[in-house]
Amino acid sequence: MSVPSEGGASRDGYGNALLRLAENSDVVVLEADLGKSTKSCHFRSKYPERTFSLGIAEQNMMLVAAGLASSGKIPMASTFAIFTERGFEQIRNGIARPCLKAHICGSHGGIHTGSDGSSAQSIEDLAIYRTLPNMTIIHPADDISAEELTMQVVDLEGPSYMRTIRNKVPRSYSEETKNELKIGKGSLLRDGNDVVIICCGVMVSKSIDAAIILEKEGINAAVIDMHTIKPLDEQMLDLWSKKCRCIVTAEDHSIIGGLGSAIAEHNSRTNLVPMEMIGVKDRFGESGDSEELFKIMSMTTEDIVKAARKSISRK
Amino acid sequence: MRLKKYQKNWKASIAFTITSAISEYMPFNMGIVELEEMALRCRINIIKMIHKSQSGHPGGSLSAIDMIVGLYGTVLNIDTSNPNWKDRDRFIMSKGHASPAIYSILNEFGIINEKDFMSFRTLGSICQGHVDMKWTDGVDFSAGSLGMGLSFGLGCSFAAKLDNSQRNIWVMVGDGETQEGQLWEAIMAADFHSSGNLKLIVDRNGIQNDDFVSKQMEVGNLSKKIESFGWEVTEIDGHNMEEICGAIKWANDGQERPMAIIANTIKGKGVSYMENNPSFHGKAPNDEEYHIAMEELS
Repeated sequence: MSVPSEGGASRDGYGNALLRLAENSDVVVLEADLGKSTKSCHFRSKYPERTFSLGIAEQNMMLVAAGLASSGKIPMASTFAIFTERGFEQIRNGIARPCLKAHICGSHGGIHTGSDGSSAQSIEDLAIYRTLPNMTIIHPADDISAEELTMQVVDLEGPSYMRTIRNKVPRSYSEETKNELKIGKGSLLRDGNDVVIICCGVMVSKSIDAAIILEKEGINAAVIDMHTIKPLDEQMLDLWSKKCRCIVTAEDHSIIGGLGSAIAEHNSRTNLVPMEMIGVKDRFGESGDSEELFKIMSMTTEDIVKAARKSISRK
Repeated sequence: MRLKKYQKNWKASIAFTITSAISEYMPFNMGIVELEEMALRCRINIIKMIHKSQSGHPGGSLSAIDMIVGLYGTVLNIDTSNPNWKDRDRFIMSKGHASPAIYSILNEFGIINEKDFMSFRTLGSICQGHVDMKWTDGVDFSAGSLGMGLSFGLGCSFAAKLDNSQRNIWVMVGDGETQEGQLWEAIMAADFHSSGNLKLIVDRNGIQNDDFVSKQMEVGNLSKKIESFGWEVTEIDGHNMEEICGAIKWANDGQERPMAIIANTIKGKGVSYMENNPSFHGKAPNDEEYHIAMEELS
């Protein structure tokens, strides 16, 4: 597999991890005609006997995964994030409810998907899966963290949903720092005490960029990659909201129901501190370049910077 | 080898009328009369538990029970003392609202008891409203949302093949359930993957929740439709135990292609006022109706 020269797409990390997980003969891969996109295709090439093509039929795929899991296999089922949603009730009733160890990966999440337009840009997947008991929800920042976190999902006691991204982004992790990644534990990428920016997915590298800009203004912003949206690392959240006394959340997802909502829910129950939310504000996307879309949706690095200033001003 | 003989001691008292051609395929060594007797007891218990809880689905339980008894009493390879034995045959009840039928058969095989099924649908009961593998030993699927069971069975069939196991996967669906698109996704996929260890039973009772299937959305000639998807299909009278056993043997033996049995049944079979009556899809009998049912089944 080619290594991205300028950065990494999290879907590549998923594909790499599947190859490494193949050592476990119980690991099986399920595809719904998008293996080349989600990157399960590499597993297919090497282990065709353990790869099941279900065609363009996501609802069936979800329950096939459940059946395999009930029989002791470890199914890794992937399609576009948006098309996993077609099988939401199947995931709800067939996988999450009986707490079967089936792992779903939705690639091409968020408006970052770009030119395919709004039908392909899932901006609600994290929200809907977050409502399901037993589910672990993960949204890695880059290929390195996606690979590491995918390696860990097979050890979970229940099902998981991982959202990956189509396009390359600047890496937030290295081969060394990836060892600190742990499902359910936020990763502190930058220390600070004026504001904490809590982010996931493609917004992680933007948040780091924002923190660098803020530093030039004399503002010390902490950055936490909250790659696990559920279960939320509440302990870390408490610690950093007390330390910084204001929060900015940043996600390529609707501000309704995603990471920002999860943090707001916790914040409202505990240490009520000002918070600003960067994300898709109750609208659908459209075709365009990722950065153009981020611009019209107020989700750029500069928007994170502004949100940080505003959050600090509300202390 | 792992199969345990049916434990109860009433077998000797019942005359066997079974043909030798069928008996050789009956690991539990149950004859037609025995099976019919068991189905009758199951019917009584179905009515009892639904009457007690004053909720549940009698119609589809009574239409399905003869096939379920025929399956459990003959070829289904389970270990009654170890219901979670990994290499057991699976029985996936996709029409999960017919849970009383499952609880009645699990009671017959000593996996649950009368106290269990008489707590049906009450708080904390292992007998949930719809069959649920997380609550009840011997239940292989968490059902309740129609159209999902065959897909689950397909996953189980893949796992059996990967394990080089001879275990078979049986799935029962209702005819109204065939309106669900996902079922046809699974039917298509089972053919593509040559899932010969996958067996489908369609309880063709002609009634769904609101009304007759013919009025809600007729599903037509299911035999031809499923056959056109590459399956082997046979059609039987789903209340004739000899036909049931013959079809189950046929489906059990076929390992090249997925096998389907269309069982023509009567919703509410065995209780006169429930038979072919859409209003008893999901309604419990009142006290008067209960006594009439008990008299008719005794």
